[in-house]
Amino acid sequence: MTCQDHKDLMMAYLDDELNDEQKRAFEAHLASCSDCAKDMEEFRKLKQMTDCVALAEPEDRVWEEYWNHTYNRIERGAGWILFSVAAISLLIYGGFELIETIIQDRTVGVLAKVGLLALVGGLAILFVSVLRERLYFWGRDRYKDVRR
Amino acid sequence: MGSVCEENTVALWDSGQSPREAFEGIVKQHMKDAYFIALGLVGNREDALELSQEAFYRAYKHFDQLNSKGKFFPWFYQILRNLCFSHLRKRRVRRNYQLEVGDAGPQADDTTTNQQSEIDNPQSDELGDCFDPEMVAERNESKDRIWRAIAQLDEKHREVIVLRHFRDMSYDEMAAVLFCNRGTVTSRLFYARQKLKEILDHEKGGQEQ
Repeated sequence: MTCQDHKDLMMAYLDDELNDEQKRAFEAHLASCSDCAKDMEEFRKLKQMTDCVALAEPEDRVWEEYWNHTYNRIERGAGWILFSVAAISLLIYGGFELIETIIQDRTVGVLAKVGLLALVGGLAILFVSVLRERLYFWGRDRYKDVRR
Repeated sequence: MGSVCEENTVALWDSGQSPREAFEGIVKQHMKDAYFIALGLVGNREDALELSQEAFYRAYKHFDQLNSKGKFFPWFYQILRNLCFSHLRKRRVRRNYQLEVGDAGPQADDTTTNQQSEIDNPQSDELGDCFDPEMVAERNESKDRIWRAIAQLDEKHREVIVLRHFRDMSYDEMAAVLFCNRGTVTSRLFYARQKLKEILDHEKGGQEQ
Protein backbone atom coordinates (compact mmCIF):
# COMPACT_ATOMS: atom_id res chain seq x y z
CA MET A 1 0.00 0.00 0.00
CA THR A 2 1.20 3.51 -0.80
CA CYS A 3 1.19 6.51 1.53
CA GLN A 4 -1.80 7.84 -0.44
CA ASP A 5 -3.75 4.66 0.38
CA HIS A 6 -2.85 5.11 4.01
CA LYS A 7 -3.99 8.73 3.90
CA ASP A 8 -7.46 7.42 3.05
CA LEU A 9 -7.28 5.18 6.12
CA MET A 10 -6.01 8.04 8.28
CA MET A 11 -9.45 9.61 8.71
CA ALA A 12 -11.08 6.29 9.56
CA TYR A 13 -8.31 5.60 12.10
CA LEU A 14 -8.75 9.04 13.62
CA ASP A 15 -12.50 8.54 13.93
CA ASP A 16 -12.18 4.98 15.24
CA GLU A 17 -13.86 3.51 12.18
CA LEU A 18 -11.29 0.79 11.38
CA ASN A 19 -11.53 -2.84 12.42
CA ASP A 20 -8.76 -4.33 14.59
CA GLU A 21 -6.84 -5.78 11.67
CA GLN A 22 -6.90 -2.51 9.68
CA LYS A 23 -5.93 -0.61 12.82
CA ARG A 24 -2.88 -2.82 13.42
CA ALA A 25 -1.79 -2.53 9.77
CA PHE A 26 -2.19 1.25 9.88
CA GLU A 27 -0.26 1.58 13.15
CA ALA A 28 2.55 -0.52 11.67
CA HIS A 29 2.70 1.88 8.71
CA LEU A 30 2.75 4.91 11.03
CA ALA A 31 5.68 3.44 12.93
CA SER A 32 7.66 3.14 9.70
CA CYS A 33 6.66 6.35 7.87
CA SER A 34 7.58 9.64 9.49
CA ASP A 35 5.61 11.71 6.93
CA CYS A 36 2.35 9.92 7.64
CA ALA A 37 3.07 10.00 11.41
CA LYS A 38 3.56 13.78 11.22
CA ASP A 39 0.34 14.24 9.22
CA MET A 40 -1.48 12.00 11.66
CA GLU A 41 -0.32 14.08 14.62
CA GLU A 42 -1.49 17.29 12.95
CA PHE A 43 -4.89 15.81 12.10
CA ARG A 44 -5.21 14.49 15.65
CA LYS A 45 -4.63 18.00 17.06
CA LEU A 46 -7.14 19.45 14.59
CA LYS A 47 -9.74 16.86 15.57
CA GLN A 48 -9.23 17.64 19.26
CA MET A 49 -9.75 21.33 18.54
CA THR A 50 -12.83 20.69 16.37
CA ASP A 51 -14.33 18.34 18.96
CA CYS A 52 -14.23 21.20 21.48
CA VAL A 53 -16.61 23.28 19.39
CA ALA A 54 -20.19 22.56 20.41
CA LEU A 55 -23.26 24.21 18.95
CA ALA A 56 -25.17 26.25 21.49
CA GLU A 57 -28.43 24.73 22.75
CA PRO A 58 -31.40 27.05 22.20
CA GLU A 59 -33.80 27.84 25.03
CA ASP A 60 -36.23 25.06 26.05
CA ARG A 61 -39.19 26.97 24.66
CA VAL A 62 -37.75 26.53 21.13
CA TRP A 63 -38.26 22.76 21.46
CA GLU A 64 -41.59 23.16 23.25
CA GLU A 65 -42.96 25.32 20.43
CA TYR A 66 -41.21 23.53 17.58
CA TRP A 67 -44.07 21.21 16.65
CA ASN A 68 -46.69 23.98 16.92
CA HIS A 69 -44.74 26.18 14.52
CA THR A 70 -44.27 23.28 12.10
CA TYR A 71 -47.97 22.39 12.32
CA ASN A 72 -48.96 26.01 11.69
CA ARG A 73 -46.84 25.93 8.57
CA ILE A 74 -48.55 22.72 7.38
CA GLU A 75 -51.99 24.16 8.13
CA ARG A 76 -51.24 27.45 6.37
CA GLY A 77 -49.84 25.56 3.38
CA ALA A 78 -53.14 23.66 3.05
CA GLY A 79 -55.03 26.95 3.49
CA TRP A 80 -53.08 28.64 0.70
CA ILE A 81 -53.66 25.72 -1.69
CA LEU A 82 -57.41 25.79 -0.99
CA PHE A 83 -57.52 29.59 -1.32
CA SER A 84 -55.57 29.56 -4.61
CA VAL A 85 -57.74 26.83 -6.18
CA ALA A 86 -60.94 28.62 -5.11
CA ALA A 87 -59.68 32.03 -6.31
CA ILE A 88 -58.67 30.65 -9.73
CA SER A 89 -62.01 28.79 -10.11
CA LEU A 90 -63.98 31.91 -9.15
CA LEU A 91 -61.96 34.08 -11.52
CA ILE A 92 -62.56 31.69 -14.42
CA TYR A 93 -66.28 31.40 -13.58
CA GLY A 94 -66.67 35.19 -13.19
CA GLY A 95 -64.76 35.78 -16.43
CA PHE A 96 -67.02 33.48 -18.41
CA GLU A 97 -70.13 35.03 -16.88
CA LEU A 98 -68.86 38.50 -17.78
CA ILE A 99 -68.04 37.48 -21.35
CA GLU A 100 -71.46 35.87 -21.73
CA THR A 101 -73.19 39.04 -20.48
CA ILE A 102 -71.20 41.24 -22.84
CA ILE A 103 -71.84 38.98 -25.84
CA GLN A 104 -75.59 38.94 -25.15
CA ASP A 105 -75.75 42.69 -24.57
CA ARG A 106 -77.23 44.28 -27.71
CA THR A 107 -75.91 47.73 -26.78
CA VAL A 108 -72.26 46.58 -27.12
CA GLY A 109 -70.87 46.97 -30.62
CA VAL A 110 -69.90 43.98 -32.82
CA LEU A 111 -66.28 45.14 -33.02
CA ALA A 112 -65.96 45.11 -29.22
CA LYS A 113 -67.49 41.62 -29.08
CA VAL A 114 -65.12 40.29 -31.76
CA GLY A 115 -62.17 41.91 -29.93
CA LEU A 116 -63.22 40.28 -26.66
CA LEU A 117 -63.56 36.84 -28.27
CA ALA A 118 -60.16 37.26 -29.94
CA LEU A 119 -58.65 38.16 -26.53
CA VAL A 120 -60.13 35.04 -24.94
CA GLY A 121 -59.05 32.90 -27.91
CA GLY A 122 -55.49 34.27 -27.73
CA LEU A 123 -55.31 33.57 -24.00
CA ALA A 124 -56.57 30.02 -24.55
CA ILE A 125 -53.93 29.39 -27.27
CA LEU A 126 -51.17 30.76 -25.00
CA PHE A 127 -52.34 28.60 -22.09
CA VAL A 128 -52.48 25.40 -24.18
CA SER A 129 -49.07 26.15 -25.72
CA VAL A 130 -47.35 26.68 -22.34
CA LEU A 131 -49.09 23.64 -20.84
CA ARG A 132 -48.01 21.44 -23.79
CA GLU A 133 -44.41 22.68 -23.50
CA ARG A 134 -44.35 22.01 -19.74
CA LEU A 135 -45.73 18.50 -20.21
CA TYR A 136 -43.21 17.80 -22.99
CA PHE A 137 -40.20 18.84 -20.86
CA TRP A 138 -41.58 17.20 -17.71
CA GLY A 139 -41.64 13.87 -19.53
CA ARG A 140 -37.97 14.25 -20.51
CA ASP A 141 -36.57 15.95 -17.40
CA ARG A 142 -33.81 13.72 -16.02
CA TYR A 143 -33.77 15.67 -12.77
CA LYS A 144 -37.50 15.71 -12.04
CA ASP A 145 -37.04 13.37 -9.05
CA VAL A 146 -34.33 15.56 -7.55
CA ARG A 147 -35.77 17.49 -4.62
CA ARG A 148 -35.15 21.22 -4.97
CA MET B 1 -27.92 10.15 16.57
CA GLY B 2 -27.50 6.37 16.67
CA SER B 3 -30.50 4.98 14.91
CA VAL B 4 -31.79 7.69 12.59
CA CYS B 5 -30.60 5.92 9.48
CA GLU B 6 -31.59 2.42 10.54
CA GLU B 7 -35.12 2.78 11.82
CA ASN B 8 -38.07 2.57 9.51
CA THR B 9 -39.87 5.76 10.48
CA VAL B 10 -42.50 5.11 7.84
CA ALA B 11 -43.85 2.38 10.12
CA LEU B 12 -44.96 5.16 12.47
CA TRP B 13 -47.19 6.43 9.67
CA ASP B 14 -48.95 3.08 9.45
CA SER B 15 -49.30 2.59 13.19
CA GLY B 16 -53.00 3.44 13.28
CA GLN B 17 -52.44 7.01 14.46
CA SER B 18 -53.89 9.96 12.57
CA PRO B 19 -51.45 11.47 10.02
CA ARG B 20 -51.13 14.53 12.27
CA GLU B 21 -50.20 12.48 15.34
CA ALA B 22 -47.86 10.26 13.37
CA PHE B 23 -46.06 13.22 11.83
CA GLU B 24 -45.88 14.97 15.19
CA GLY B 25 -44.01 11.91 16.49
CA ILE B 26 -41.62 12.02 13.55
CA VAL B 27 -40.97 15.76 13.95
CA LYS B 28 -40.34 15.48 17.69
CA GLN B 29 -37.97 12.59 17.11
CA HIS B 30 -35.86 14.40 14.51
CA MET B 31 -36.26 18.11 15.30
CA LYS B 32 -32.96 18.45 17.17
CA ASP B 33 -30.97 16.74 14.43
CA ALA B 34 -32.70 18.87 11.80
CA TYR B 35 -32.12 22.12 13.69
CA PHE B 36 -28.48 21.48 14.55
CA ILE B 37 -27.58 20.30 11.06
CA ALA B 38 -29.21 23.40 9.57
CA LEU B 39 -27.41 25.54 12.15
CA GLY B 40 -24.06 24.00 11.21
CA LEU B 41 -24.75 24.54 7.51
CA VAL B 42 -26.16 28.09 7.53
CA GLY B 43 -24.65 29.42 10.77
CA ASN B 44 -27.62 31.44 11.95
CA ARG B 45 -30.16 30.38 14.59
CA GLU B 46 -33.25 32.04 13.13
CA ASP B 47 -32.51 30.73 9.64
CA ALA B 48 -31.77 27.25 11.02
CA LEU B 49 -35.12 27.14 12.81
CA GLU B 50 -36.98 28.45 9.78
CA LEU B 51 -35.26 26.08 7.33
CA SER B 52 -35.63 22.98 9.49
CA GLN B 53 -39.36 23.63 9.96
CA GLU B 54 -39.78 24.33 6.25
CA ALA B 55 -38.03 21.00 5.52
CA PHE B 56 -40.52 19.17 7.76
CA TYR B 57 -43.41 20.94 6.02
CA ARG B 58 -42.10 19.85 2.61
CA ALA B 59 -41.53 16.32 3.89
CA TYR B 60 -45.16 16.21 5.07
CA LYS B 61 -46.38 17.52 1.73
CA HIS B 62 -44.43 14.92 -0.24
CA PHE B 63 -44.58 12.02 2.19
CA ASP B 64 -46.22 9.83 -0.46
CA GLN B 65 -42.97 10.01 -2.46
CA LEU B 66 -41.09 8.17 0.27
CA ASN B 67 -40.87 4.51 -0.58
CA SER B 68 -42.69 2.34 1.97
CA LYS B 69 -39.42 0.57 2.77
CA GLY B 70 -37.51 3.84 2.78
CA LYS B 71 -35.86 5.34 5.81
CA PHE B 72 -37.24 8.73 6.72
CA PHE B 73 -34.11 10.54 7.85
CA PRO B 74 -31.84 10.10 4.77
CA TRP B 75 -34.76 11.18 2.56
CA PHE B 76 -35.58 14.11 4.84
CA TYR B 77 -31.91 15.10 4.99
CA GLN B 78 -31.85 15.60 1.22
CA ILE B 79 -34.73 18.07 1.52
CA LEU B 80 -33.04 19.88 4.40
CA ARG B 81 -29.59 20.17 2.82
CA ASN B 82 -31.01 21.36 -0.50
CA LEU B 83 -33.01 24.02 1.31
CA CYS B 84 -29.95 25.13 3.31
CA PHE B 85 -27.63 25.26 0.30
CA SER B 86 -30.22 27.06 -1.79
CA HIS B 87 -30.69 29.55 1.07
CA LEU B 88 -26.91 30.14 1.23
CA ARG B 89 -26.71 30.69 -2.52
CA LYS B 90 -29.58 33.20 -2.43
CA ARG B 91 -27.93 35.02 0.47
CA ARG B 92 -24.63 35.15 -1.45
CA VAL B 93 -26.36 36.58 -4.55
CA ARG B 94 -28.14 39.15 -2.37
CA ARG B 95 -24.85 40.17 -0.72
CA ASN B 96 -23.11 40.49 -4.07
CA TYR B 97 -25.98 42.59 -5.37
CA GLN B 98 -25.83 44.84 -2.29
CA LEU B 99 -22.08 45.23 -2.79
CA GLU B 100 -22.60 46.20 -6.42
CA VAL B 101 -25.28 48.72 -5.48
CA GLY B 102 -22.96 49.97 -2.72
CA ASP B 103 -20.21 50.52 -5.29
CA ALA B 104 -22.42 52.93 -7.18
CA GLY B 105 -23.88 54.51 -4.06
CA PRO B 106 -22.88 57.65 -2.19
CA GLN B 107 -20.86 55.84 0.53
CA ALA B 108 -17.91 55.18 -1.73
CA ASP B 109 -15.36 55.53 1.08
CA ASP B 110 -16.99 52.84 3.20
CA THR B 111 -17.28 50.55 0.21
CA THR B 112 -13.62 50.96 -0.58
CA THR B 113 -12.77 49.92 2.96
CA ASN B 114 -15.08 46.91 2.70
CA GLN B 115 -13.52 45.91 -0.60
CA GLN B 116 -10.05 46.09 0.92
CA SER B 117 -11.05 43.87 3.82
CA GLU B 118 -12.59 41.44 1.33
CA ILE B 119 -9.36 41.27 -0.58
CA ASP B 120 -7.54 40.45 2.66
CA ASN B 121 -10.10 37.77 3.44
CA PRO B 122 -12.37 36.90 0.53
CA GLN B 123 -14.92 35.16 2.75
CA SER B 124 -15.03 37.78 5.46
CA ASP B 125 -18.03 39.59 4.12
CA GLU B 126 -20.13 36.48 3.90
CA LEU B 127 -18.93 35.35 7.30
CA GLY B 128 -19.87 38.61 8.90
CA ASP B 129 -23.33 38.23 7.50
CA CYS B 130 -23.98 34.54 8.08
CA PHE B 131 -21.79 32.80 10.58
CA ASP B 132 -22.04 34.41 13.92
CA PRO B 133 -20.05 32.44 16.51
CA GLU B 134 -21.66 34.41 19.31
CA MET B 135 -25.09 33.15 18.36
CA VAL B 136 -24.16 29.67 17.19
CA ALA B 137 -21.49 28.07 19.33
CA GLU B 138 -20.29 28.12 22.90
CA ARG B 139 -17.40 30.52 22.75
CA ASN B 140 -13.79 31.22 23.44
CA GLU B 141 -11.09 32.57 21.15
CA SER B 142 -9.90 29.21 19.86
CA LYS B 143 -13.45 27.92 19.29
CA ASP B 144 -14.28 31.08 17.36
CA ARG B 145 -11.28 30.50 15.10
CA ILE B 146 -12.38 26.93 14.38
CA TRP B 147 -15.94 28.02 13.76
CA ARG B 148 -14.86 30.77 11.35
CA ALA B 149 -12.63 28.27 9.53
CA ILE B 150 -15.51 25.76 9.21
CA ALA B 151 -17.63 28.56 7.77
CA GLN B 152 -15.06 29.08 5.02
CA LEU B 153 -15.26 25.49 3.79
CA ASP B 154 -17.27 24.81 0.67
CA GLU B 155 -20.68 23.21 1.05
CA LYS B 156 -19.88 19.52 0.66
CA HIS B 157 -16.85 19.72 2.97
CA ARG B 158 -18.67 21.77 5.60
CA GLU B 159 -21.46 19.23 5.45
CA VAL B 160 -19.26 16.25 6.40
CA ILE B 161 -17.65 18.21 9.24
CA VAL B 162 -21.08 19.17 10.60
CA LEU B 163 -22.41 15.61 10.41
CA ARG B 164 -19.33 14.09 11.96
CA HIS B 165 -18.45 16.62 14.65
CA PHE B 166 -21.75 18.21 15.56
CA ARG B 167 -24.09 15.24 15.14
CA ASP B 168 -21.57 12.50 15.86
CA MET B 169 -22.62 10.40 12.88
CA SER B 170 -20.71 7.24 11.98
CA TYR B 171 -19.27 6.83 8.48
CA ASP B 172 -22.07 4.40 7.61
CA GLU B 173 -24.74 6.87 8.72
CA MET B 174 -23.05 9.66 6.78
CA ALA B 175 -22.87 7.45 3.70
CA ALA B 176 -26.61 6.73 4.09
CA VAL B 177 -27.69 10.36 4.37
CA LEU B 178 -25.32 11.56 1.65
CA PHE B 179 -26.30 8.70 -0.68
CA CYS B 180 -22.67 7.79 -1.33
CA ASN B 181 -20.26 5.06 -0.22
CA ARG B 182 -17.93 5.02 2.80
CA GLY B 183 -14.92 5.70 0.56
CA THR B 184 -16.44 8.99 -0.58
CA VAL B 185 -17.19 9.96 3.02
CA THR B 186 -13.57 9.21 4.03
CA SER B 187 -12.19 11.14 1.13
CA ARG B 188 -14.45 14.18 1.74
CA LEU B 189 -13.51 14.20 5.41
CA PHE B 190 -9.82 14.05 4.49
CA TYR B 191 -10.06 17.02 2.14
CA ALA B 192 -12.34 18.93 4.54
CA ARG B 193 -9.90 18.55 7.43
CA GLN B 194 -6.91 19.30 5.22
CA LYS B 195 -8.59 22.50 4.04
CA LEU B 196 -9.50 23.37 7.63
CA LYS B 197 -5.87 22.90 8.64
CA GLU B 198 -4.73 25.17 5.79
CA ILE B 199 -7.21 27.90 6.75
CA LEU B 200 -6.14 27.78 10.41
CA ASP B 201 -2.43 27.77 9.50
CA HIS B 202 -2.98 30.70 7.14
CA GLU B 203 -4.84 32.62 9.83
CA LYS B 204 -2.13 31.84 12.39
CA GLY B 205 0.55 32.98 9.93
CA GLY B 206 -1.38 36.20 9.32
CA GLN B 207 -1.61 36.94 13.04
CA GLU B 208 2.12 36.34 13.59
CA GLN B 209 3.13 38.78 10.84
